Amino acid sequence: MNNKLGFYPGCSLKGTSSEYAQSTLALAKVFDIELVEIADWNCCGATAAHNLSRELATALPARILALAEQQGLTEIVVPCAACYNRLSVTQHELNEDATLKANVSKILKLPLGGKIQILNVMQFIEKYIAGRIEEKTTKPFEQKVVCYYGCLLVRPHNILQFDRLEDPQSMDNLMRKIGATSLDWGYKTECCGAGFSVSRTDIVAKLSGKIVKDAKDRGAEAIIVACPMCQSNLDMRRPHIDSFLRIKTNIPVMYITQAMGLAVGLSSKELGLQKLFVAPTFASPN
Amino acid sequence: MSKIGVFVCHCGENIGATVDCERVANTASQMEGVEFATDYKYMCSEPGQSRIKDAIREKGLDGVVVAACSPRMHEPTFRKTCAEAGLNPFMCEMSNIREHCSWVHEKGEETTEKAVDLVRMLVEKVKRNKPLNPIKVPITKKALIIGGGIAGIQASLDIANAGQKVILVERDPSIGGHMSQLSETFPTLDCSQCILTPRMVDVAQHPNITLYSYAELEKLEGFIGNFKATIRLKAKSVDYKLCTGCGACTTKCPTKKIPSEFNEGLGLRTAIYTPFPQAVPNKPVIDRKNCRYYLTGKCKVCEKICPTGAIQFDREDEFITEDIGAVVLATGFNVLKTDFFPEYGYGKYTDVITGLQFERLASASGPTMGEIRRPSDGTIPKKIVFIACAGSRDPAKGIPYCSKICCMYTAKHAMLYQHKVHDGESYVFYMDIRAGGKNYEEFVRRAIEEDGANYVRGRVARIYEKDGKLIVKGVDTLLDAKPVEIEADMVVLATAGVSNCGAEELAQKLHVSYDPYKFFAEAHPKLKPVETNTAGIYLCGSCQAPKDIPDTVSTASGAAAKVIGLFSNAELTREPTIAVVNRIATHDVSTCVGCFLCETACPYQAIEHEEIKNRAGEVIKTVARVNPGLCQGCGTCVSFCRSKSIDIQGFSNEQMFAEVMSVLEN
Repeated sequence: MNNKLGFYPGCSLKGTSSEYAQSTLALAKVFDIELVEIADWNCCGATAAHNLSRELATALPARILALAEQQGLTEIVVPCAACYNRLSVTQHELNEDATLKANVSKILKLPLGGKIQILNVMQFIEKYIAGRIEEKTTKPFEQKVVCYYGCLLVRPHNILQFDRLEDPQSMDNLMRKIGATSLDWGYKTECCGAGFSVSRTDIVAKLSGKIVKDAKDRGAEAIIVACPMCQSNLDMRRPHIDSFLRIKTNIPVMYITQAMGLAVGLSSKELGLQKLFVAPTFASPN
Repeated sequence: MSKIGVFVCHCGENIGATVDCERVANTASQMEGVEFATDYKYMCSEPGQSRIKDAIREKGLDGVVVAACSPRMHEPTFRKTCAEAGLNPFMCEMSNIREHCSWVHEKGEETTEKAVDLVRMLVEKVKRNKPLNPIKVPITKKALIIGGGIAGIQASLDIANAGQKVILVERDPSIGGHMSQLSETFPTLDCSQCILTPRMVDVAQHPNITLYSYAELEKLEGFIGNFKATIRLKAKSVDYKLCTGCGACTTKCPTKKIPSEFNEGLGLRTAIYTPFPQAVPNKPVIDRKNCRYYLTGKCKVCEKICPTGAIQFDREDEFITEDIGAVVLATGFNVLKTDFFPEYGYGKYTDVITGLQFERLASASGPTMGEIRRPSDGTIPKKIVFIACAGSRDPAKGIPYCSKICCMYTAKHAMLYQHKVHDGESYVFYMDIRAGGKNYEEFVRRAIEEDGANYVRGRVARIYEKDGKLIVKGVDTLLDAKPVEIEADMVVLATAGVSNCGAEELAQKLHVSYDPYKFFAEAHPKLKPVETNTAGIYLCGSCQAPKDIPDTVSTASGAAAKVIGLFSNAELTREPTIAVVNRIATHDVSTCVGCFLCETACPYQAIEHEEIKNRAGEVIKTVARVNPGLCQGCGTCVSFCRSKSIDIQGFSNEQMFAEVMSVLEN
């Protein structure tokens, strides 16, 4: 199997969620997989670009895909849910529309093959790690967890073809493999407030608050996520959430790569756990 | 040399205002083989028809071309006219200069020229017409009804009451279908069983009806009027001649925890069972998949308890064949289960139920004796949510169509709930209320205005369970258009009506078309709603599309009328425009090489194998022969035939080429 894959961090993984990048790379290393960062990568356009111009919104991710191809990569791991969504949707649109593909290729002055395999973290783990995870698990992650998928990881379903749209299961299945108890809950794919994190913290407090409340009510010891935006809203905005809920909550919000990293014996430091605002008390600080 | 008459009709101004009819007639009179040509204002009128008859008699015409409207409109009229004057009706042809010319072109020289060409083509065709006689086919006056729900029951009774024999085949141990499961019926709230069960008894007692319960159609061969049906009588393991229906066996059966199909899984039944107390026939069958004896080889408690020795474990499926003249499909529909909806709980919340399950809860014969109780803990739900369009009208779920009955039964459910739980609160989430039908709209208004059901226009996005309550998250799109969250005790999904299991297989067995959703297709959506595209096979009820009881009964009576109409003839008369394999020179010779490509092409299984033998009785070769009863004259075989040995009578290759050549050469 291919053990050298492309890696597209995007802006979040280089900044606010560097622990997501850190834990993903550390986990890959345990399984002898090399993640090679795409050289000279650029912004995926996120939510801003496609509000302004379709051309720009397509050209930005297209350049990333073209660079990956140029650098001889056939598969790329894209941990951020928004980047994953933009890259997947762009590749789909380019492959559906030959005129658009030709235009974008002309703008970029780069050829577009359109055959890159784009993997989110769950797909990456399922393909390269899940088969060996049980044998490598040294410290089972014996916590009660709720898996939070957010909005972008599974939508639009007809393009991504990833997991079940309304009731996704992939994260739950992976968490069970490392010994966790995955709880049934009502907020798997509800909105966290997303980009309102900056402009309307009150809305984020309300939306994310409902998510945290349900997790707490069901006795969850951790919320497991795979998206930097979800993580920061549920974790960094906890003071706002708590004041909205009028209770003190202490459920940590961890990336799936951090939980799996702990299970295979990586240390809290190696996984960047100290960067979480709500500390996971069940993990030793080192 | 032909003596053809051409009759050009003005159709008032329809043709006359655009086409110069007189010139068409004059030009036609100069055509080779045309003996006589004339024009008239209304050729289909009595004086017009007289002109044709007189000309045939006086001029001794051997062919007629009427240049007028579409043959769909008046071909039978003019053929009858010709027959009255002693001409074989198939020597009369129509040239369509109305729909194909005057209606689609402006007045002018070219339009008249086109009309002339159209006439010329038909003159060339008629020259090559041969007298044909209608095909006579005998009819077996016995109808096969497949499915014993209200549709099959109604069709059976109507046909039987008209004095014809009926064979009714039902897959389940009892007839009655979904209607027997219903509590009360809209828009009158009369009890479903009270109006249905007397008819079930009528079926059982009718001298003209033979009922095969626990049976399925295995095979159908033949053609309209002359089908041969093979029916599989599934082994009941009970001899119905000996069984008195006392029910002792069902009370003693040790396997008691099988979900009851009749109660939609909300109640339990035994392995030897009668589906419900009012079943017809009211005798049990053994469910071999669950019976302890068939699974382990030990038990036979029912055999010991049976006072008449009716239990027979070694019975096997039997096959019987019946000659029948017509088939009515009445196989009904099904509803989706709740596990179709991940967002509504994927079948994991026991208090999220389907509309059909609610019917069982509300039915006096149901598992709760008609009290509305939660399946999970048996408590009475104080707050209940009904979700209309659960799956229906949702292309994302693969069901773009409206299931038609849900708006009405949901209103009925809300009403029944309010009648039974006085302090209860009911909510109905809906997209639109489709209450077209006699007294239907009034019924829905009654649910809202008199019984106080809360109608919320909007869809439900998600249901999850929390602290024993079902949290229903939806949106109210009216007035303030805001999200709604209801803590419900029970949720009823009006799940989409879908085709019954096995529908596709049955359709293929019978060569009946079906739509992408596996509902059987009618021959014409408006004008042939109870016919299929296979002659002699009719359909009714919900096997065609979801239907309520009034519509089901109407179509069942409609299908029955078609069967009775068919059976009212001593023999069947059909147009002779069917395929024939040629017999050139002598009777024994054919250019057919026996490749049977035609057999693979024929959609109606009309191609048979015929052996041509010499005088010594030895087979010289095997050629194709067309069964005149089955052939529908579509002509597919003609285009497939490599040796040009098949032709459609009255539409031969020679005739078609002559028509084309007549235009090209002028």
